Amino acid sequence: MNAVLIVIALVTLGAAAVAMTLRNLIHSALLLIASWAGVAAFYLWAGAEFVAFAEILVYVGAVSMVVLFAVLLTRRSRADLTVTPDSAGRAISGFIAGGAVCGVLVGAIVATPMGVGSSPTPTVTVKQIGVQLMGTHAASLLIVGVLLTVALLGAIVIASADRTDDSEDTP
Amino acid sequence: MTALQLCLVFSSALFCVGLVGALARSNTILVLLGIELMLNAANINFIAFWRFSPSPAPATGVMFVIFSIAVAAAEAAVGLALVIAVYRHQKNIRLQEANRLKG
Repeated sequence: MNAVLIVIALVTLGAAAVAMTLRNLIHSALLLIASWAGVAAFYLWAGAEFVAFAEILVYVGAVSMVVLFAVLLTRRSRADLTVTPDSAGRAISGFIAGGAVCGVLVGAIVATPMGVGSSPTPTVTVKQIGVQLMGTHAASLLIVGVLLTVALLGAIVIASADRTDDSEDTP
Repeated sequence: MTALQLCLVFSSALFCVGLVGALARSNTILVLLGIELMLNAANINFIAFWRFSPSPAPATGVMFVIFSIAVAAAEAAVGLALVIAVYRHQKNIRLQEANRLKG
């Protein structure tokens, strides 16, 4: 049971870590797809199948495509896909901050006694999720729908080309 | 180490990978991807606590993660639209050079 979890965790973390250090943005995005698939595998392992397939649909399917399009739209030439190396000081301070946070979190987790045995996997069916979404969480569902609509309309407005300020674009 | 602790260590490690990516890289798209990794780590925590709680309320953690994924998708769309807008203005997506609002 735990061996499967460790394998999933290692694959996910390895893909994410390599993606964060690569210079080529396309390779980073493709490795992050593998990382998100690993997270979906974790959800499957934990018994949350609906969330796993939602993760695959939203992240592996949609967000990755948006990221790839953003990468391709924000380059000037074929050679522009590799980013210039960052400054060493920035990388070192980032590693120090991340390592400190990781140390604090892992230390707190290991030091905390969690008296949870091997409880049986809770089962939740799609019917239960649908009933809860339409019943208890109906207001939240409406709010999330409005939020998604407004956010996507706002994204279109922000990203759409405005023809008026072409003349004042040169500083 | 129990399985719950393994899940929590996994999610904190994923969070820190995202944090290092968001802090150490200067490419805006990579910073956004780091933030997405951190959101995924939070979702893993929700599912882990739902899975290993002694008497799990029906589908509470699952509900939370579904709404969280929806909000994260909206955030990714708006963030990448901002990246495209910044690129259109200064032909570059390095964070250090996006200082037009600095005054």
